[in-house]
Amino acid sequence: MNSWWAGLRALPPSGWIGAVVVAFWLVVALFGPWFAPHGVGEMVSQEVFDPISRQFPLGSDYLGRDMLSRMLLGTRYTIGLALAAALLASGSGLALALLAAVAPGRIDEIISRGMDALISVPSKIFALVMVAAFGSSVPLLLLTAAVTYAPGAFRIARATATQIAALDYIQSARARGESRTAIALREILPNLRGPILADFGLRFVFIVLLLAGLSFLGLGVQPPNADLGSLVRENLSGLTEAAPAVFAPALSIASITIAVNLLIDALPGAGERR
Amino acid sequence: MAMFVEVQGLTITAGDAGQEVTLVDDVGFGIPRGEVLALIGESGSGKTSIALALLGHARRGCRIAAGSIRVGDLDLRRLEPRALQRLRGTRIAYVAQSASASFNPAHTLMDQVIESGVIHGIAPRAELQSRAVALFRAMSLPDPEHIGARYPHQVSGGQLQRVMAAMALVADPDLVVFDEPTTALDVTTQIEVLRSFRDVLRARGTTAVYVSHDLAVVAQVADRVVVLQRGRMRESGSMADVLGQPQDAYTKSLVAAHRGHASPATAPTTSAASVATATPPASLLQLRGVTAGYGRAGRDGLPRQVALHDLDLDLPRGAALGVIGESGSGKSTLARVIAGLVPAARGALELDGAPLPPGLSGRSREQFRRVQLVFQDADTSLNPAHTIERIVMRPLALYHDLRGDAARAEQRRLFDLVQLPQSLSGRYPRELSGGQKQRVSLARALAAKPDLLLCDEVTASLDTVVAAAVLELLASLRRELDLSLIFISHDLGATRSVCSELMVLYAGRCGSAARAPRSTAHPCTRTRGC
Repeated sequence: MNSWWAGLRALPPSGWIGAVVVAFWLVVALFGPWFAPHGVGEMVSQEVFDPISRQFPLGSDYLGRDMLSRMLLGTRYTIGLALAAALLASGSGLALALLAAVAPGRIDEIISRGMDALISVPSKIFALVMVAAFGSSVPLLLLTAAVTYAPGAFRIARATATQIAALDYIQSARARGESRTAIALREILPNLRGPILADFGLRFVFIVLLLAGLSFLGLGVQPPNADLGSLVRENLSGLTEAAPAVFAPALSIASITIAVNLLIDALPGAGERR
Repeated sequence: MAMFVEVQGLTITAGDAGQEVTLVDDVGFGIPRGEVLALIGESGSGKTSIALALLGHARRGCRIAAGSIRVGDLDLRRLEPRALQRLRGTRIAYVAQSASASFNPAHTLMDQVIESGVIHGIAPRAELQSRAVALFRAMSLPDPEHIGARYPHQVSGGQLQRVMAAMALVADPDLVVFDEPTTALDVTTQIEVLRSFRDVLRARGTTAVYVSHDLAVVAQVADRVVVLQRGRMRESGSMADVLGQPQDAYTKSLVAAHRGHASPATAPTTSAASVATATPPASLLQLRGVTAGYGRAGRDGLPRQVALHDLDLDLPRGAALGVIGESGSGKSTLARVIAGLVPAARGALELDGAPLPPGLSGRSREQFRRVQLVFQDADTSLNPAHTIERIVMRPLALYHDLRGDAARAEQRRLFDLVQLPQSLSGRYPRELSGGQKQRVSLARALAAKPDLLLCDEVTASLDTVVAAAVLELLASLRRELDLSLIFISHDLGATRSVCSELMVLYAGRCGSAARAPRSTAHPCTRTRGC
């Protein structure tokens, strides 16, 4: 706990801003829906695209639903899905990369070529095909995003890991009789921290954007639920009236992605540690 | 005696005004015409800064703050940059450390040797060419008439270094500055190059400044010496005086380190002798017909690039075997073959009478424990993500199942053994000095309680004084722990100070006697108590 605090205090101002904004969105995603004043599909206003008022802090949407309530739930979908998918993508990429780095050359070859095949599939098209084939559901979106972004994470991790595996301290560990697992987890993994964290931040942002894009096309989270991307889409006609219903979710997506990048860039080890 | 070169109160600083760091502090010396002055000191002693100041140059970010530099009748600090530029290459010449980095690969050697002479219009091209050929001959380069037509990649590193000296001398300069010209060469080449430098300098009566960190090298070429440490002059005088009766404490430690190399250490010899009488000569390690190398195995089962050919070796228990050879002789491969990192393609290894599997995969934990390898470069052989305490405690958990307080107590004992301060235990490798890192490497190897310690060039990347301390530590550890040692080095002096036996490797084979000074003419050049 102490070291966490010390790490936070050492952050540059940009890192602080990032950390505060990320923490805010995490809190909103975790607890926000409990405090939603209205149900997510409840039509509460006689007017559509209400401006900001005391009754509706973020106005109302194209059907006269409370925008604040919808945003609170949308944030949970966007952040929860993207975080889970990014963890899945980076985690599986990293695990395969460590395996490829310590396993005999043939296994490395098989994994790497398989990943190359996956990486050559355009991500949006792949997602569209998956949704078209199986219909849109939360687990499917999660899996699609993870499969799309795992090969990139694998590439970065493998390049760094094989570079480290050639260094003397790994040779020394091999000559000491350490098992492959011990070499991967004790000797290589700690030195991957910086690049992997930076890469994780990128993956998270990509996935937020991919999901927002899918939702914008109407293929993401299905009504009456909505993530931030679908909120932008369904309220698009409010643009002409400068309704907060379209700006609020758009600005939220921007602030989440920028804040995550600010935080990751400022983390010790993202660049200078190695 | 009138000095030809005179430097007084030279001060060189780095950094912005107000927060300057002094690199060279009030240094002064003189060189009579025709003599060679050596600037000696470890890295960071300011020797290169002084050498560059003699060319009227300061590195980027540095500045000559005070003092005077006079070469002949010229006061370098009063000259315009343009005038200084005319001087360089004609009246004052510079020989850099790495010749291969200083030559243009697209031009012939001759073109580059006479280039500055032609540019400055010193003499006609034909005249310069004949001067260059004379210099090539004086430097004992092969085929002096035609070597000039070759390109830089067609000659060896040692030859290139001599061509570079010829380039400096061809304009007949008043002063030549040699900046560590032999440091990048291996030992045998270094000796040849030094000899030709010395002969040429003597024959032509050139005034020269020779920068080096190696007292043994300097002693062969210089008449006078200035010893530097952290930018200050510790001692200066004639070579004989400084070597014979060093006054300053730092000089004494340098000279002692030099002596330690030059004369055999007595202790290891006696211990080897006592071991020989106390126990029957049972081999700890035996290699029979070992052939190994790199690259994919060919049809005959041999790797594409064979580094070791059909090598036999017997190491008695408690013995210390020095393995020396030039770079590329296969000496590091030998250590890796024994450690199992490079599996032997042919031949057999035996540890204490039992066969040792060639690769890593077949070896038992006990076999791993008994053979420990210490790498050349401590910077890369310690995991930067682990504290040094964790590094040293890992073998304790791996081989001896020591954890918690017992492991911590053992770790403290190991730190004491290799003379590392206990306060360093929570630090990371990057926070340690080079010598300390090498001690951590040693402690990690010793934590296994090995029978055989393989030391691969462990002192090659250290300063003279630090290297001497590490060698001393190795010799005493060997006595205390009754270790067997294979000490791999390109430095005969270092090897002699720890080893009781010697093996010379040459192109992957046991070398010829001619390549090993002071050794008996056994086919596998071995000398007891050398």
